[in-house]
Amino acid sequence: MTKAVSRRDFLCALGGCAAAATTVGCDNITHSKFFRSRFKELGAEELQRILAELAVENNEKFGTDLVNVSATGAQPGVEFGYALDLSRCTGCRRCVKACVDENNQGREQEIQWIRVLEMEEKHGIDFHHADPYYNHETVPQEGNFYLPVACQQCRNAPCVKSCPVGATWQEKDGIVVVDYDWCIGCRCCMAACPYGARRFNWTEPKIPAEDLNPNMHYLGNRPRPKGVVEKCTFCIQRTREGKYPACVEICPVGSRKFGNMLDPDSEIRYVLENKKVFVLKAELNTRPRFYYFYG
Amino acid sequence: MKTLNFFGQWVAGSIRIVLTGNKLYYAWIAFLMLCSCVGVWAYSRQLSEGLITTSLRDQVSWGFYIGNFTFLVGVAAAAVTLVVPAYLYQWKPIKEIVVYGELLAVAAITMCALFVLVDIGHPERFWHLIPGPGILNVPKSMLAWDVIALNGYLILNFVITTYLLFRLFQRKEPNKRIFMPLVWLSIPAAIAIHTVTAFLYAGLVARPYWNSAILAPRFIVSAFCSGPAVMLVLMQILQRFTKFHIRREAMWKIAELMAYFMGFNLFLLGAEVFKEYYSDTTHVVHMHYMFSGVEGHDTLVPFMWFAVTCSFAAFFLFLRRKSRENIVLLNIGCVLIFMGVYIEKSMGMVIPGMTPDTLGEIYEYVPSINELLVALGILSIGTLLFTFMVKIATPILNGEFHYIDKK
Repeated sequence: MTKAVSRRDFLCALGGCAAAATTVGCDNITHSKFFRSRFKELGAEELQRILAELAVENNEKFGTDLVNVSATGAQPGVEFGYALDLSRCTGCRRCVKACVDENNQGREQEIQWIRVLEMEEKHGIDFHHADPYYNHETVPQEGNFYLPVACQQCRNAPCVKSCPVGATWQEKDGIVVVDYDWCIGCRCCMAACPYGARRFNWTEPKIPAEDLNPNMHYLGNRPRPKGVVEKCTFCIQRTREGKYPACVEICPVGSRKFGNMLDPDSEIRYVLENKKVFVLKAELNTRPRFYYFYG
Repeated sequence: MKTLNFFGQWVAGSIRIVLTGNKLYYAWIAFLMLCSCVGVWAYSRQLSEGLITTSLRDQVSWGFYIGNFTFLVGVAAAAVTLVVPAYLYQWKPIKEIVVYGELLAVAAITMCALFVLVDIGHPERFWHLIPGPGILNVPKSMLAWDVIALNGYLILNFVITTYLLFRLFQRKEPNKRIFMPLVWLSIPAAIAIHTVTAFLYAGLVARPYWNSAILAPRFIVSAFCSGPAVMLVLMQILQRFTKFHIRREAMWKIAELMAYFMGFNLFLLGAEVFKEYYSDTTHVVHMHYMFSGVEGHDTLVPFMWFAVTCSFAAFFLFLRRKSRENIVLLNIGCVLIFMGVYIEKSMGMVIPGMTPDTLGEIYEYVPSINELLVALGILSIGTLLFTFMVKIATPILNGEFHYIDKK
C-alpha cells in the first residue's frame, strides 16, 4: 500500500496530474484509474477495492447489478493445454460466436479472438492460400478444410518478450494475459505474434447492454478501454473455475479438446499421448500449448 | 551568480533573436505554425476517437507513423557522424558542422519521440515506461532499449550543443577535456540508436521480411546516405542566409562519400533480393508485394520502383566527379537520395513486413488523411524547433551574439 501511495506522490510531483487532467478528465474514478498500479504489484486489499470499483463502474455503464469481477489466480498443479482435431472441424464458426458472447469483445469493430481459415486440401496448411472471410450457404465445402487459429499460449512467447512495460505475461497455468490498465498500446506484441492472435481496440469498444457477460475476470473478459491490446485467455474466467472454455463447450462436432496437461487422466493428456499432434510454425520455437491433430 | 547572470542574458537574447527576423522568416514561421496547428487538431480527433482515425488495423498495425519514426532515427544518427570526415579531412568549419549536425539530431529525435507518442493507444500512460513508478522491460524488450537509447542520445546532443553555445556566448572556448569526449561519444551513440531501432524489427520471428541479420547494417548505411543529403542542402541554405561558409571541396567530399554509401546500400538491397527470390520460399511473398504486387494488390509497387530508380540515379550522379561537383546536379542528387531512402525505409520497410499478415491475409494499407495531417504537424513542429535553434546558434557561432558586460 505504501508503495502505491508514494507512486502517486511521485507522479503528482512530476506534474503527471496536470497531464492526466487534460487527457482523461479528473474525477475520482479516473484519478484512481490513471494511477492504478500494475496488476502484479497490487496488494490484496487494494485489489479487492479495485475489483469492487470495476463492478460498480460496469454496473452503472451497462445498467445492471449482476457484474462480478474476479481475479482468481492460477490453481496449483494446473497447466492448461488445448488440442484441435482438424479432421472433425467443419468450419461452422460457432466457436467464434460463442467466444464473442463470452468475452465481451467490441461488437462494432467485430473483434474476434478466433480466426477460422478456409484452406484448400490440395495445398495443405498454407497460410498464403487461406481465406478467413469465406461465406458459403453450407460448410464444409468440398475440397476445403478449416483451420481455426487463436492465441497459441506459447511457452516461449514472442509477444511477452516484446512488451516494453511488462503489461503482458504468462501465468503459472500457462495462460498469456494482458493487464488492460497497464498496456500503453504500442502494439509491439501484435508485430511480434506469429499467429495474428492479438487484437487492438482501435476505438472505444461498444457492447450492447443485453449482450454483456457479467461474469468477468480482471485479466480476461472485463470490458476493455480503447487503445489497448486483447487476446484469447482460454476463457480464464471459466477455466479457473473448473469449466471448459466457451469454444470447447459450443463445438458441435467435438473437435476441441481442453484440459490440465499435468493431470495424467485428462482428455488432453490422452490426445497428446495417443495422437500425432503438431503445432503451427514449429520452426519458430514458440512452443505453443495449442496443438492440432487429425483424429 | 555570475553564471546565472550569463544564462539569464543568454535566454533573454535568444528569445529576442527568435522573435525578430525579416519578412521571409516571419512567413516561414507562420507557415510552420499553421501546419503544426492542423496537426494538433488532427491529433485531438485521434485522441477522442481512437486510432481508428488512422488506416491502421489488426493486419497492418504499424504504418506511416512508425515508418517516419524509423527514417528520422536515421537522419538523427547520420547528421552527427559527419563529424568524423570533418575531423579526418580537416574541414575548416568543424565546429559549425558539429553544432548544426547535433541540432539536426535534436530536432529529428524530438520528431521521433512525437511519432511514437502519436502511435501509441494510451499516451497518458507514458509514465509506465519510467523505471520506479513504472517498469522498463529490459533486457528483453527491444522497444524498451530503444527508449533508453533515443532518450540518452537526445540528452547527449542537447548537452553538447547547449554547453558549446553557452561557452561561446560567454566568449570562452569550450573545455576540450569535457567537450571532445562527449562529441566522440555521440558517434557510437548514433550508431547505437539506429542499430537498436533495426533490432526492434529484426528481432521479430513473426515477420520474415524484417527478421534479417543485415537489417541493422542496411539501416545504418542508408542513413549515411539520407542524413548527409539533408545536411548538404541545409548547409547551402545557411550559406545563403547567414555568414556560415563551408568550402566547396568539403561538400564534394561529402557527396563522394555518399556515393560509396549508396553503392553499398544498393548492394545490401541486392543481397536481400537475391536471398528471397533465389531461395523462393513462402517468405518471398513480401518482396513480391513490394515489387510486383500479390493477387492484384499493388499499391506500393510504383513507389518502390520509383525509390529504387532514385537511388540508382543518385548513385551514378555522385559517383561521377564532374556531376557531383556541379551544384545543380549535386542538389538534384540530394533530393533523389532523400526520396529514395525515405520511401525505401519508411513505407517500403514497414508495410511489406506486415503485408500479407502472419496468417496470409492481405490488407492494403494507405495512410488516412487524418494520419497524414498528424504527421505533417509533427514534421512542422520539428522543423520549427530546428529553425529556432539554428537562428540562435548562428549568431553565436559567428560571434555576433555574445555576453555584454553592462557595467
